[in-house]
Parts: sequence; structure tokens; C-alpha cells
Amino acid sequence: MNVQAWLARHAQTFVGSLGRIVQHPVAALMTMAVIAVALALPLLLNVFLQNSRAATANWNQAFDISVYLDKKAGGTRAQALAKQLRSRPDVAAVRVIAADEALAQFRSTSGFGTALDALRDNPLPDTLVVTPTLPASNPKGTEMLKNAIAALPDVQTVQIDSEWVERLTAMLAILRRIIWLTGALLGAGVVLVVGNTIRLDILNRRAEIEVMKLVGATDGFARRPFLYSGVWYGLGGGLLAVLLVAVAVASLAKPVERLAGLYGSQVRLNGLGFALGVAVMGVSVGLGWLGSWLAATRHIRGIEPR
Amino acid sequence: MIRFDQVHKRYPNGREALAGVSFAIDDGEMAFLTGHSGAGKSSILKLIALIERPTRGQVFVGNQNTAGIKPRGIPQFRRQIGVVFQDHKLLLDRPIADNVALPLIIAGIAKREIDKRVRAALDQVGLLGREKSRPLELSAGEQQRVGIARAIVGKPKLLIADEPTGNLDPDLALEIMRLFKRFNEVGVTVVIATHDVHLIDRFGARRIVLGDGRVAA
Repeated sequence: MNVQAWLARHAQTFVGSLGRIVQHPVAALMTMAVIAVALALPLLLNVFLQNSRAATANWNQAFDISVYLDKKAGGTRAQALAKQLRSRPDVAAVRVIAADEALAQFRSTSGFGTALDALRDNPLPDTLVVTPTLPASNPKGTEMLKNAIAALPDVQTVQIDSEWVERLTAMLAILRRIIWLTGALLGAGVVLVVGNTIRLDILNRRAEIEVMKLVGATDGFARRPFLYSGVWYGLGGGLLAVLLVAVAVASLAKPVERLAGLYGSQVRLNGLGFALGVAVMGVSVGLGWLGSWLAATRHIRGIEPR
Repeated sequence: MIRFDQVHKRYPNGREALAGVSFAIDDGEMAFLTGHSGAGKSSILKLIALIERPTRGQVFVGNQNTAGIKPRGIPQFRRQIGVVFQDHKLLLDRPIADNVALPLIIAGIAKREIDKRVRAALDQVGLLGREKSRPLELSAGEQQRVGIARAIVGKPKLLIADEPTGNLDPDLALEIMRLFKRFNEVGVTVVIATHDVHLIDRFGARRIVLGDGRVAA
């Protein structure tokens, strides 16, 4: 068999199997739709995850450490401590919030203005807001920094505002794992769906396969059109899945923008992107091929002329 | 070309189709397998085409002991044999040309060569010009001729036919038999299973008569 004939034959089978699908458009679309839904679910979760990560990526300021000084320390002592802390290699910046400044801010935002007037003294201490350097902006680094600061004189309380960031990070890690698990399960579902469709297809064409084998067809030859059918199902399903996700992202874009606006954020919803879209179709084609290969190999072997 | 050596065939349901059959058919010979139905004619053809395997004894085709052919080698083996069926086994949703071309497609022949040989095969069975017709648009005799064209398109040295005239009226049957005779005259070994004794009386070919799973004459 020469290469040209072989290629021509593959091309013909490839197009021929598409023709067969087009002859039964409703059945084929149903199969593709099932594939699309199965793939779209983990993809949407992934879009959610990626956007959540992008939105929280610049939140390392949440690792800021609030240092409340002793009431008796005074403003000069606060400035001196700030200077001392700025010289540390793991500190990026230190902001001093004087007690009076803090009180003024609290008065204007809290609505307790008149209640505060009743107090004789300012109840708030001087506060230092310490921002760790980027390399130190992790749970371990900030913990070390916190302990170092707590040991300094005139420091009353040290507080890290990072706990909820850690929780969020942990939640995103779990979500990521869930995406992989659902992805794997639904991917197996795609293989089974394609396999079952191909199995029915083979049973319908049993007589044809028998005739082929009678005139000398190998199992591989009889299997080939079914493999291509599986590839078409995968390609169609993958394309539909990408479309579904695109529609979902488009319909979410406006509400997300509004929400981001309320938080004064510029965050915009990102879709799958071209590379991932192509990858999804590749995976879908692979799953379609695998499903049809498993079904065709198994069932064509069982069909022998009588 | 073909040699059966004390061949037994017992089917899984317990029926003994062949009980020690021995005969030989030479290269270029034309032979009729006859006998009442159930005498083992079809079993012999199935053993030749490796659709079945003997329970005991040996079957040689083209000087090759078929016992030595593994399942993997069966497709290649079948490509050297043309087979014609009583119900012709055409693909009803494909045009005539595709049906005839099937063995060549399977063998991986180039398309231009296939077109040429399909036309030549259809010409030999008198159906040139009907390439685009579907099997159901043809008469029973014409359908059988398409089956024959498909069997000979790969230029096999051996042609076997199982009751090829079973569904045809006498005139058409005679026509089909003459077609087989013509292929035999150009050197193809032809083995035809038929119970139509009157028909084969008109041909001077050899007869292998089967009865109760044995060669009777």
C-alpha cells in the first residue's frame, strides 16, 4: 500500500464519517451536547477559580501588621520605633498613625462623634502599620516579623490581618482540587457517552462490518470510520463546550463589573482564552477518540462472518 | 488448489456437518459441490474461506495448510479468494461501484487503479454503466452479478460460490453459471456449491457429491 493511497483513504474515511454524522444530525447533536455540558461544568469552575485568583493576587497588603503601642509611649517614641523597623530587611514600609489622627478618622467614619466627645482622653494608642517585603509576605515570614516586633519595648499588641487571606487561599486550593476531580469524572463520562454512541452505531452496521471482513478487511480497517466518528463527536462537543463557556462568561461580565465597581476595583472577568479553548478542543477530540477506540475495538472483534 | 484431508466439522450445537471428508481440486479446475441441503456444502466453503475451522483433519488452500493461519492472518488470506453468496451480501446504501470497489479499498489500492478495475469487473458481468445505481434498483440477477464482480475484482486465483443461483429463475441461473464458466476458462479455480442438479447437468464440470457429511461420489 503506498503512502499516497493510504493518506487519500484516510482523508476519504474522515470526510465520509462526517457525512454519516450529518445524515443523522439530531442524534449527533445530542451526543455532542452531552459532551459539551460535561466539559463546560469544570471549565466554568476553572474560569471562576482563575478570576478569583487574579482578583486576590495583589492582596498581599492584607499581610500588613498592625502594631498598637503602649498609651504612655508618645509620638516621638512612635517615630523612633518606625525608624527602627524600617531598617529591618524584611520590612518594606512603616506608616505611623498618630493617636489624634486615628481618633479624627474614627470620629468621621464611625458615627460615634458625640459619644467620643464625652470621653476625656483619646482612648486610641499610636499605631504602626508595618508592610513586610514581598519575599516575607507569607504566613511564616509575617509570623517571624510579628514575634520580633512583639518583643520590642512599648509595643502592646501586634496583629496580623492575614488569617482570612490564608483561608481564602486554602479554599481556592480545595476548589482547584474539586475542578480536577469533576474534570476527571466528567471526562470519563465523555468517554463512556462516545463509547455507547459508537457501540450502537456498530450494532446498526453489523451486516456491513461482516461483509467487509468477508472480503478481507482487518479489524483496524473496519474500526477506522468509527474512530473518525468519535473524533468528530469530540470536536463538535469541544466546540460547543467552548461556546457555552463563552456565553456564560459574557452573561456574567456585566454583573461582575458592577460588583467590582462597588469595591472600587478594576477587576474584569476573563474567559477561557484562546490557548485554553484550543486545548479544550484537543482534549475533547482525544476523549472522543478514546471512547470510540474502546467501543470499536471491543465490538468489532466480536463481529465475525457466519 | 484445494485439498481436504479427513476433515470433520462439528458445530457447538452438536451437529456434525462433515464426518471425514477428503477430496482435492486442482489449479484451474471447476467443480460443483452438490448434495441435499444439510449435506455439508456450505460447511466446506466456510472452511475454505476460514469462516470456520475444522474440528479434525486438515484443509489446504493454495498449498497452504489453513491450520497454520492465525486469526491475524485471515484478512490477508481472504483477499486471495473471491466469495459469492446466495444472498449476495451487498451494501444496500452504497452505489454499485462502491460495492465492487470494497475489496480493493481494503487492500489499499490507489483510487485511479480502483476505478479502472471496477469498470473492468462490471464490464465482465455486463453491468458497465450502472456504477451509480443502488443495489435495490437492480433485478435479482443483476444484484448477483454485482456480487460476482466484487468477488473477481481483486483477480483472485480461487472463486467460491455458495448457491449463487438459489434465488434466480432458470434462465438467469444459467446465465450466472456461464459467467462462472467464463472465469474458469481464463484460469480461475471455481468451486460452486449448488443443489440444482438440472443446471449442472448442462456443464461438463466435475461434481463432488456430498451425503451425510461424507463424499458420496
